[in-house]
Amino acid sequence: MVQLVLTLIIYLILVIPVGRYLYHIAAGKHTFADPVMDRVDGAIYKLGGVDPQKGMNWKQYALALLGTNAVMMAIGYVILRIQSIPLLNPNGMQGMKSDLAFNTIISFMTNTNLQHYSGESGLSYLSQMLVIIFMMFVSAASGYAACVAFIRGLAGKTKDHVGNFFADMVRITTRVLLPFSLVGGLLLVWQGVPQNFSENVVVQTLEGTYQVLGMGPVAALEIIKHLGTNGGGFFGANSATPMENPTILSNLIELYSMMLLPGACVITFGKMVGDGCLQHQKTPAQENMLPAHPEGLTARLFGKEGRSIFLAMGILFLAGLSLCYWSELQGNPALAEIGLSQSAGSMEGKEVRFGIAQSALFTTVTTSFTTGTVNNMHDTLTSLGGMVPMLHMMLNCVFGGKGVGLMNMILYAILAVFICGLMVGRTPEYLGKKIEGREMKLTALAIIIHPLLILSFTALAVATSAGQAGVTNPGFHGLSQILYEYASSAANNGSGFEGLADNTYFWNITTGIVMFLGRYLPIVIQLAIAGSLMKKNYINESAGTLQTSTVSFAVILVFVVYIFAALTFFPALALGPIAEHLTLWG
Amino acid sequence: MNEATHKNAFFHGLRQSLTVTLILLLLCGFVFPVLLSGISAVLFPSQANGSLVYSYGQAVGSAHVGQEFTKPYFMKGRPSAYHYNTYYQDEQGNRYYSDGTPFAGIGSGSNNYAPSNPALTQRVEADIEAFLEANPDVKREDIPADLMTASGSGLDPHITPAAARIQIPALAAASGLSEEELEQIVEDNTEGKLLGIFGEETVNVLGVNLDIAKAMGLA
Repeated sequence: MVQLVLTLIIYLILVIPVGRYLYHIAAGKHTFADPVMDRVDGAIYKLGGVDPQKGMNWKQYALALLGTNAVMMAIGYVILRIQSIPLLNPNGMQGMKSDLAFNTIISFMTNTNLQHYSGESGLSYLSQMLVIIFMMFVSAASGYAACVAFIRGLAGKTKDHVGNFFADMVRITTRVLLPFSLVGGLLLVWQGVPQNFSENVVVQTLEGTYQVLGMGPVAALEIIKHLGTNGGGFFGANSATPMENPTILSNLIELYSMMLLPGACVITFGKMVGDGCLQHQKTPAQENMLPAHPEGLTARLFGKEGRSIFLAMGILFLAGLSLCYWSELQGNPALAEIGLSQSAGSMEGKEVRFGIAQSALFTTVTTSFTTGTVNNMHDTLTSLGGMVPMLHMMLNCVFGGKGVGLMNMILYAILAVFICGLMVGRTPEYLGKKIEGREMKLTALAIIIHPLLILSFTALAVATSAGQAGVTNPGFHGLSQILYEYASSAANNGSGFEGLADNTYFWNITTGIVMFLGRYLPIVIQLAIAGSLMKKNYINESAGTLQTSTVSFAVILVFVVYIFAALTFFPALALGPIAEHLTLWG
Repeated sequence: MNEATHKNAFFHGLRQSLTVTLILLLLCGFVFPVLLSGISAVLFPSQANGSLVYSYGQAVGSAHVGQEFTKPYFMKGRPSAYHYNTYYQDEQGNRYYSDGTPFAGIGSGSNNYAPSNPALTQRVEADIEAFLEANPDVKREDIPADLMTASGSGLDPHITPAAARIQIPALAAASGLSEEELEQIVEDNTEGKLLGIFGEETVNVLGVNLDIAKAMGLA
């Protein structure tokens, strides 16, 4: 308990400077890396024919993102198919099958990292580097770029453009992802994560038998896997594998690296929106109407609007974490019945070095921040403990992946001001802009895509024999396995109830489609909303305006998110994890 | 805008996409891992190569990866669906796990049994019975849960101190070492929580067995 509280307090301290740094990068302000990185960026722009000053409107921005991701997917697909070539392939891997390569390439480009292969038996080092590590960088950069463009639209400094996609992509890579990865990667090696290009080592054990130990450029993958909220492991068992995550310190490093940037995005949002409002509030009439309040400490650190969003996310996160931790501590009644003491909690699928507390925390973080890395097996979590990661992927806005979680939460915020607006009979406003028919239609559409993908594909899998063939646990848990897989795909999370036998045509293709639509449809719609909002004029705040920078708005937001989730997902959850819980404890 | 400028804009966009992709591919997918390997090889050579542990100059395992032990004088770790990637080889070069099933190649993970899966209770029941047979002094309700449950990775190098201590009487009988000696060995291989707060207390099973082998004159 104490370690959980401390871990989270340290996070709150760390996220503030990182948020500030990210804001400086997004807003094009000065950073300490400029003297070196400006030259690197300049060289890249020159080679690519990119004019970083040239802004794009939201359509051009979305097209550039889609086009670039398409090019990346094409190159990655080819490498996966021909990875059997004797280049960085000391363990003699074969080329990947077409349906699995299709799934894998979508999975990594969309920041999902659902893995229907096992790294140690399915990928050469060349693929691990040029496909997996590469995509972990650029998919994170793409999500971040989309988020920054979205924030620029909302902050409304300009009316016609949301920034330059290529410049955003390059800046985040050279100023955040690469330097942070290098430092974090070294820390991981120090803790015992291998980083080499040698073939797997076979040792003769004390008993005269043999053991094969996985090798490779593990640390390089490991750090960007978390930093970019990617989640795909070098080895099959992901961050539970001691070679990926050998100590409690490496666990904390991985934990913080996946939590920092999504949280920092919220701060970036708060600060950039704050800038926009300041600019517009400079009219003298406005100053007379609203006496300037001195801003509190948290408002200055997080930005006023960022603070309420961060608070709402924090409440959702803590609620989930508490349930997961409590449930895992209860242990498994089925094992208690055969006489195995459950006083230490449910240890099946967990590592001794992490125990219940750090496992429950990692599970909640990886699904809230939609990373998808696991340090314990989610399939073996207790019923309610396993429901928490599933629920957080369904919400998809509890911090969320790099950038996109914030964008989803803003949609809920728009929904919240709309609902409140209806209740008091006023046109809803958010961030000083009127929310009208077009924005509401787009918001509703973007929010509905997520449950639609999850539930309809779950129904398809349950209804077909090809879908049912993947289920490996009997009873209600079988439905949970299917539901989890699609929730993970649609939320671009990538963790799994790994028992699912998912390397089949059916699962490779359907989850591939879900990941693709779950990623790009919302991003395009969200950019459209930003594009539409940025054209509107600021309206003056009046007594009837709903304040969105308050604690009460954060609470309203939490309720809107939970009500929406209950309306859409409760029946499915009741048939899966809740039914399993009732049968186990009944 | 006429058709030609449309076409130009398209090709200009494609060129930017392509070149930025290729540059990032080189930078992130190649330069970064190679640079990290280079620095690691200088600063942390042992860890970068898998933290191997040696006995008489021969690598016998890794400090971070568990191993399967079957001999009665060696401490046992947790059950593993992959037998810790440990196998033996017959004269024809065929590889088998200790239970005689063919070795499937390197892997990691667990059986992924749901808490409600009857296969889980069956496996645990069988393991408990085998353990009670090997450790006749132990009462069923005293067995620590981690010793009878599989880890997430199937490669967990650790057990809890309680799970280590409970094996000592049987280990003493099989190895000829005194219980005090074994307790000392366990203590030497126990690691506390980080700063006394983070993580759990752990005992490294391979470390214990290496010390047992040394004390017995086997290694």
